Amino acid sequence: MPHYEPWSEERARTVIAEFAHLEGPLMPMLHAIQETFGHVPDAIVPMLAEHLNISRAEVHGVVTFYHDFRHEPAGRHVLKICRAEACQAAGGDALAEHAEHKLGCKLGETTADGRVTVEPIYCLGLCATAPSAMLDGKIVARLNERRLDTLIAEAQS
Amino acid sequence: MSIRIYVPKDACAIACGADDVVAAIQAAALARREPVEIVRNGSRGMLWLEPMVEVVTPEGRIAYGPVEEADVEGLFEAGFLAGGAHALRIGKPEEHPFLAKQTRLTFARCGIIDPASYSDYVAMGGYKGLERALALGPAEIIEEVKKSGLRGRGGAGFPTAIKWKTVADAQGDRKYIVCNADEGDSGTFADRMIMEGDPFELIEGMTIAGIAVGATKGYVYTRSEYPHAIAAMEKAIEVARAHGMLGVNIAGSAYSFDMEVRMGAGAYVCGEETALLDSLEGKRGTVRAKPPLPAHKGLFQKPTVINNVLSLTAVPHILADGGEKYANFGMGRSRGTMPIQIAGNVRYGGLFETAFGIPLGELINDIGGGTASGKPVKAAQVGGPLGAYVPTWQFDLPFDYEAFAAKDALIGHGGIVVFDETADMPKMARFAMEFCSVESCGKCTPCRIGSTRGVELMDRIMAGERVEANLATLTDLCQTMKLGSLCALGGFTPYPVLSALNHFPEEFGAPPRLEAAE
Ligand SMILES: Cc1cc2nc3c(=O)[nH]c(=O)nc-3n(C[C@H](O)[C@H](O)[C@H](O)COP(=O)(O)O)c2cc1C
Ligand code: SF4
Ligand code: FES
Repeated sequence: MPHYEPWSEERARTVIAEFAHLEGPLMPMLHAIQETFGHVPDAIVPMLAEHLNISRAEVHGVVTFYHDFRHEPAGRHVLKICRAEACQAAGGDALAEHAEHKLGCKLGETTADGRVTVEPIYCLGLCATAPSAMLDGKIVARLNERRLDTLIAEAQS
Repeated sequence: MSIRIYVPKDACAIACGADDVVAAIQAAALARREPVEIVRNGSRGMLWLEPMVEVVTPEGRIAYGPVEEADVEGLFEAGFLAGGAHALRIGKPEEHPFLAKQTRLTFARCGIIDPASYSDYVAMGGYKGLERALALGPAEIIEEVKKSGLRGRGGAGFPTAIKWKTVADAQGDRKYIVCNADEGDSGTFADRMIMEGDPFELIEGMTIAGIAVGATKGYVYTRSEYPHAIAAMEKAIEVARAHGMLGVNIAGSAYSFDMEVRMGAGAYVCGEETALLDSLEGKRGTVRAKPPLPAHKGLFQKPTVINNVLSLTAVPHILADGGEKYANFGMGRSRGTMPIQIAGNVRYGGLFETAFGIPLGELINDIGGGTASGKPVKAAQVGGPLGAYVPTWQFDLPFDYEAFAAKDALIGHGGIVVFDETADMPKMARFAMEFCSVESCGKCTPCRIGSTRGVELMDRIMAGERVEANLATLTDLCQTMKLGSLCALGGFTPYPVLSALNHFPEEFGAPPRLEAAE
């Protein structure tokens, strides 16, 4: 399970400083912020704007453009199920439905107990051994109902 | 002496349990006091056999696969350390028909070497291209690439030499080489496999490009869905630097070149070259209007070469063996080899590098072995989510840019996704529109709004509402998207939609096509 730190302005400053020497540092900074705190908190927006000498609106615009950046913390585990064409061709639709049914929530939602966030993902590059999924960064291919159940049990533990 | 065993570290192998297999082999070897050395190679591309374990024997490397953790004990009992017989024994990988039929240039080393080993790379011909490039100098390098006929492998098929020449001629205090490793198309994984299995080849290709155009800095922009590729690339960059092959005065020459890996954040459109550049600069990934071309005003407004991984990794071979030799492969204006990716509902899915011109049906039925489900093949989507659905009666199409274009289809990045007879074509058409609406950068109306309208139209058609009128509107909408979109996301989404409709009209509630039986 991923461990995230509680928000701290001081910690955020050190994370930002780590990438200050790069050309075009905003994306690496946002990734590092999310890796540290589990999401991109609102409080980081003015800090980044000031640091990079751009407007808050510009930073906000970047944060909201990319599917990866979370506004809110996710559930304790994140299960991403591939919904792109190769996985659909290999029976992915039924598996996505099965996951929704088992977890009692739709793709893009978090279970009521806050344990699992389940999301669609569009291709993991594992299309020759489809269908595929990713649980907290661990990739799984040749998914079938049995393997998916194992993943879900792991996510719910 | 310890016995050397290869277990791939390719993401596909890992996703099929390779790490557990490694642990099981180590445990079983320890219990038997058999000293083994495990090397984590890339994948050979026979992905249905992953994890494919290879043991080095006096006769050569002997493969077993697909190996699961639970098979390991049995393999030891069968004497696999000496190449013993077992139900999973494949024999020598290079003699397997799937590999024996290929022409491997870009993938010549992938799956054979340790991707982190500089000496492995050099032992198999690595850095021969750079050596010759240094001897030739910039103008001659570009001439060699021109002779090869290399066209961009990212999708558009633009001649690489022309792009390089433009950047070489452009004025700038700084120039960049950007490698497009965003590989967002479903059904494609060649870029990922090279980055994981032979990352030095990309480093060498980018370095040669840098010398050719006068760029000193390179970026590899890849997707966040590819953590294993990112790690392998970063490791190789570090090793190359330590060997003086990146940094100042590469290989003792007067040229300097260094590079970095940057990660996207889950936006498909960032594979489009100008959106990618904006993303690298730390902006929203929106598409830029052209001109100016990236070759004139690219990254940070500086002259920039932006090429796909497969374009750049073809370059070391072109330089090492000469452009003419490369151009001898292929057909028409499609020269050289293409690493084709066979995926979806297919029995023998994997990476098949071959000269252009091979018929699509041969790739799917003979090499791919038909569907994994055992049901008849219905169609294949070629070229990713913006590519057309090609029905079985067009499977004689040769793999060639122009031949595909003549049938309103595209090769794109060389991905083939096979569907069996259960494929629901209206649903796939709806998906194409939905994908476009989710991934649209929002810059132009036909794409941003049109794709949402397209989803609504498909919903009505699938519900049987005023089908004829709605199909007419859909066709009209597709025409508007084709003509009115700034980039291929909005402009090409009509291809999967209209190909599904034109080849399988009865599924949409339209009259069947007359020549369907041709
Ligand atoms: C929506 C969209 C997505 C694209 N995705 C990729 C991609 O993932 N990788 C890639 O190399 N090219 C992609 N392209 C094509 C690039 O814009 C560009 O043509 C390519 O990077 C040029 O390199 P090449 O000449 O080596 O092919 C995409 C284009 C569009 C319109
Ligand atoms: S076609 Fe779509 S993705 Fe391309 S520029 Fe227009 S809105 Fe952006
Ligand atoms: S389509 Fe699912 S992994 Fe590529």
